[in-house]
Amino acid sequence: MKLNRRHFISASAGITAAMSAPVVFGASRPKVVVIGGGAGGATAARYIAKDSKGAIDVTLVEPTRSYYTCFFSNLYLGGFRDFDSIGHTYGKLANDYEINVVHDWAVDVDSNNRNVSLAGGGSLSYDKLILSPGIDFVDGSVPGWDLSSQNKMPHSYKAGSQTQLLSAQIDNMKSGGTYCMVAPPNPFRCPPGPYERVSMVAHKLKKSNPSAKILILDPKPKFSKQGLFEEGWNKHYSGMIERIGPDMGGKSVEVKPDSMEVVIDGSSEKVDVCNVIPAMKAGKIAEIAGVTDGNWAPVIPHSMQSRKNDHIHVLGDASSQGDMPKSGFSANSQAKVCAMAVRAALTDSKLFPAKFSNTCWSLVDTNDGIKVGASYEATDEKIAKVSGFVSKTGEDAALRKATYEESLGWYSGITSDMFG
Amino acid sequence: MRLFTVLFALMLVASIFLNVGLHNVSATEIVGGEKIFKKCKTCHQIGAGAKNRVGPHLNEIGGRVVGSVENFKYSNSLLELKEQAIRWEKPMLDKYLKEPRKFIQGTNMNFSGITDELERKKIIEFIWQVSESTQGSSVQENSLPEEILSIAGDRDYGEYLSSECATCHQASGKDEGIPSITNWPVKSFIIALHAYKNGNRKHPIMEMITKRLSNEEIASLAIFFNSINN
Repeated sequence: MKLNRRHFISASAGITAAMSAPVVFGASRPKVVVIGGGAGGATAARYIAKDSKGAIDVTLVEPTRSYYTCFFSNLYLGGFRDFDSIGHTYGKLANDYEINVVHDWAVDVDSNNRNVSLAGGGSLSYDKLILSPGIDFVDGSVPGWDLSSQNKMPHSYKAGSQTQLLSAQIDNMKSGGTYCMVAPPNPFRCPPGPYERVSMVAHKLKKSNPSAKILILDPKPKFSKQGLFEEGWNKHYSGMIERIGPDMGGKSVEVKPDSMEVVIDGSSEKVDVCNVIPAMKAGKIAEIAGVTDGNWAPVIPHSMQSRKNDHIHVLGDASSQGDMPKSGFSANSQAKVCAMAVRAALTDSKLFPAKFSNTCWSLVDTNDGIKVGASYEATDEKIAKVSGFVSKTGEDAALRKATYEESLGWYSGITSDMFG
Repeated sequence: MRLFTVLFALMLVASIFLNVGLHNVSATEIVGGEKIFKKCKTCHQIGAGAKNRVGPHLNEIGGRVVGSVENFKYSNSLLELKEQAIRWEKPMLDKYLKEPRKFIQGTNMNFSGITDELERKKIIEFIWQVSESTQGSSVQENSLPEEILSIAGDRDYGEYLSSECATCHQASGKDEGIPSITNWPVKSFIIALHAYKNGNRKHPIMEMITKRLSNEEIASLAIFFNSINN
């Protein structure tokens, strides 16, 4: 059955290609511009360049020369990774895959003329534009906090100097002090991320500052892998972590960065480190390009093509696609479907049915790893979950250790899949 | 005789004279060997009921002629050693495990080797002990019907499907915590994926991924990964 379906899709792709404008090779190769060099963008750029074997001219726009992955940045906070180990550069993509890597900010998209403007004054024309800008924060979502407060109350939700800042603040916290996390509302990047972070901060404090407290102010009634995290917190960090959910005021939180106070449902509390993770939306360039609807950019599941513009694709956190969580694994998975669709549109390569998958590993304490994952397929309406699994409470230590070790293998795997 | 065989024979003679210390290992060292053997388990089975997987089963390996397990498709390099009736002995296995692809050039064993001498010693003791205790207990795996094993895969389709694997299994064949799946014999790959698909091998991610792969898709992946030489 599957084979027939595949042949059917290949055949229909042929018809689509015949009806669209012919692609002329030679003097000018078709151009793809990718904005954002993370799990979505770097992967898409690499796969298009690799699989088109030079038939497509690929440009990757990414402001930073050293990219720090958000995934595993919590392990840096916990002291399980050094900072350099989560940093990556674009040398291989430029040299081995002949991708034109441009370190600049994309500031405007003229979708009528298919042109991207760069902060440095340059511009890039494209046949297909792939946006993988990650997230930005929703203004005013946490009263009292805006980007100008990020040095006093870091979000550390884009890895880099913010992650180092939070780490230093935790190291310098007074004995018996309080680390407070203002957790984000749904949907947000990396559903287990805040709770893995709490685990890693607890791991660090247990050693360096054992009388310290952790306070989570959470607007959500429940969260990813909740039972597993709570089991781990009771086992490893008993009495250290308190979570205030929406029923107890976690939904109405105001912060005062100058006095390091959090106001929970009207009552004020002094904290020593305050990690504010605001509500999120698609990276701003998606909105500028006119492909967002509300906070996110809706896409066609079969190709990750924008529902608002036929020449723009949106990947990863910024996209609104259905059931997949906003994770690096998801972005990497979507990037491969997108790369295949873009190649099929610009060259005569075959179009295959979209398949997606995701797994999120989290570390609770030393050698105590847990995971959740699912496979997905494209329907006309959304990316729909097919089946999934999740670690179980009460698993033995050997399995938890194997899960953690598997996550290390995955980190090496996905980063070599992104950066070559 | 090809050059590598000559070199091999020379190294073999040298190794036999240089390695005399692989005996008299304590029980704890063998226990340690079982743990280290995990590295090999992805491809090699040992013990009661061991079957050929990606690599041949290792039962009765002590003194066994190289390349001689029935129904296993060896590289030409190992078959040449078989013709010369060279047998597996501890010093030789030690050399092989240290740098497989240098010691027997052209081997299909896609494993970078074990640099730590003590680790090799432990693993070899473990293999020898289990291997000797399981004489005659090996069986050939052929549980899949021939019509599934002989499906002709589509390499291009396999290449696209492989992108899903490459998030964890590195295309370079490197193993940094997740097993290498490049350059496997086609049938071994098909047997392994069907074992996950049927639930005979347990791993939540692999079971999830393979459950929705059709027989044709598995064959396509097998053809593609077999074609990557690294």
